[in-house]
Amino acid sequence: MRLINLGMITKIGEWFDHRLQLAAPIREAAEHPVPRNTASWFYVFGSAALTVFILQLVTGILLALIYVPSAGEAWSSLQALNHQIALGWFIRAMHGWGSNFMVAIVLIHMVQVFLFGAHKYPRELTWIIGVFLLLMTLGMAFSGQVLRFDQDAYWGLGIGASIASRVPVLGPFVVKLMLGGPIIAGATLSRFFALHVFVIPGLLIGFVGLHVLMVLKLGINEWPMPGRIVKRATYDAEYHALTKKDGAPFVPYAIWKDMFFAAFIILAVAACAFYFGPFGPTGQPDPTIIQTAPKPDYFFLWLYALLSLLPPSLETPFLLIVPPLAILGLILLPFLSGEGEKSWKRRPIAVITVLLIAITLGTFTRMAQFTPWSPHMNAWSGDPVPERYIHGTSALERQGALVFQVKQCRNCHSLGDAGGQRGPALDSVAVRLTQDQLIRQVIQGGGNMPAYGNNLSPAETTALVAFLETLHPTTQRPARDAARELVLGDGQLQTSRTQP
Amino acid sequence: MSTKPVTGPPTEASLSRRGFFMKLGILLNGFAAVVLAVPVAGFIFSSITRGRGNGYLSWVSLGNVSNFPEGETRMATFRNPLVMPTDGKTTGTACWVRRIAGDQFQVFAINCAHLGCPVRWFAQSGLFMCPCHGGAYYRDGSRASGPPERGLFEYPYKVENGVLTINAGQLPTPGDPVAGLTSEKPSCA
Repeated sequence: MRLINLGMITKIGEWFDHRLQLAAPIREAAEHPVPRNTASWFYVFGSAALTVFILQLVTGILLALIYVPSAGEAWSSLQALNHQIALGWFIRAMHGWGSNFMVAIVLIHMVQVFLFGAHKYPRELTWIIGVFLLLMTLGMAFSGQVLRFDQDAYWGLGIGASIASRVPVLGPFVVKLMLGGPIIAGATLSRFFALHVFVIPGLLIGFVGLHVLMVLKLGINEWPMPGRIVKRATYDAEYHALTKKDGAPFVPYAIWKDMFFAAFIILAVAACAFYFGPFGPTGQPDPTIIQTAPKPDYFFLWLYALLSLLPPSLETPFLLIVPPLAILGLILLPFLSGEGEKSWKRRPIAVITVLLIAITLGTFTRMAQFTPWSPHMNAWSGDPVPERYIHGTSALERQGALVFQVKQCRNCHSLGDAGGQRGPALDSVAVRLTQDQLIRQVIQGGGNMPAYGNNLSPAETTALVAFLETLHPTTQRPARDAARELVLGDGQLQTSRTQP
Repeated sequence: MSTKPVTGPPTEASLSRRGFFMKLGILLNGFAAVVLAVPVAGFIFSSITRGRGNGYLSWVSLGNVSNFPEGETRMATFRNPLVMPTDGKTTGTACWVRRIAGDQFQVFAINCAHLGCPVRWFAQSGLFMCPCHGGAYYRDGSRASGPPERGLFEYPYKVENGVLTINAGQLPTPGDPVAGLTSEKPSCA
């Protein structure tokens, strides 16, 4: 019985293959010899990226069964997915976490390829297509965040429009083209839906196909040996000899590691989805609700940090010049260093560059999680002056503490670790500034502080400065202007009150 | 159907005839592509071209002048003049109305002049603050501190029959402020 079935299957298979004629090329591709040392755990990230991409395609199609790409209904359809449809939350979470994993894996794959010199001859075009795949992955990440049409998506589009508008001459047109009109509205969501679901995935599928085809045609990059120099004239013959002498069929010799890692990644995405759940949606995309502090998704946090730390005058040039230069640099890389050493052990500048970029992006990302540059909009009403700062103070100083609170100073300045971090913490400000300097700073502003001269009465300023002068540690005397005592005479100034 | 007997390799003349037809085919398809490209491009770029002139902007009401006490700054909302049925809540827009005195107003866009986040008004300190990157503006909309390179965007306004109206309908951005602080004051102000 079983034999008959097997025979039947073979016959059906043969019937199809007689017409399709695909079995031979597939077998040839699967069993093509690869250098033995490429069967390594370092070589699994490319296939892992493909795995997550397929996962995104599947979960994306599942989400499209319920999601409504209309500015009026997208948000409620996400709520329905989260709460009404059985396991809708899990599919959303898989898609969201899958996107985080995909960006991460693509970046790791890129770093590995670069450090192993796989971008060198003859794989330049494979690298360049990889650069486009990275850009498309980031495009998917951004457009995906827009489809989660909530407050963050709405204001995130505003940020995107504000950046795009800075392009000289064309800016205003680019913004209208991007938004599908003069404002962020229904047409905006619909066009991002078209990008996220048709345009970019279509391109991605085509480019991924080319990328994989080239890996098959040109062979997997051999494990880089220090001292083994790549030369255009000799490389092809050397690689051919290597696969002949020390090669093994890709299936099953190397592929089992790819398969193990692919399963591990899918399970990891599922575990994250299960434990952490879906992302958002946050509040409704209603532009009249302004009590919101929009923040981009994880992979764009570094940009969010950069945009608040750059000097204002450098921002537009940076936004318009650096990204195109970076992309151009990545595309030109295999032409600038298409030959020579492949091993990272002999390419110190390559290693340092990767480390520098990783540390920079990592630091900015970390900072963007705390946003020290954002005022705490509710600190003035939510974070009172700690009691120990007004213990034993005079009436004037207490009035000053009140001014300090009411005038929203706390939104940018912290006391006792509570309050904004936009400006310096004021726990020991009296040590740093004299009375005159405090008055000047409050009235005229300066540095990054607005001037309060128009908004404080002389009495309020006096009270506020009297309070600020009490802010110093017990062990340190407040700063004072020595010349002032000489001018005004002894006993005129007794402002140095100590704090517990 | 009888076919012509093949008498030998195609002659020079027949090749050039086929070649001519192929070139004509390419030309025909090129023509078809151009004919198709015009409506396709027109459709894709319609979001830009519709904005020519004052296509997107019109005067919208913010309500009675009496809703805005003198010397105070209050939030107002309006409906975008150009609406599509699928816009949902996004057609609503907020703005800050400062009534200086009498019919003298300033109407600020809600969007920060840095990257468009919604600024909030703090009456006690007389500042607009942005929650994103910490931009701050004085009560007259001028830049106080932070990353913005300019003051808040301002809508042109007019007061007619006791109703405050503004010329709105487009998201103001740093590269396209619509009506900037530097623009001329409306004649009725």
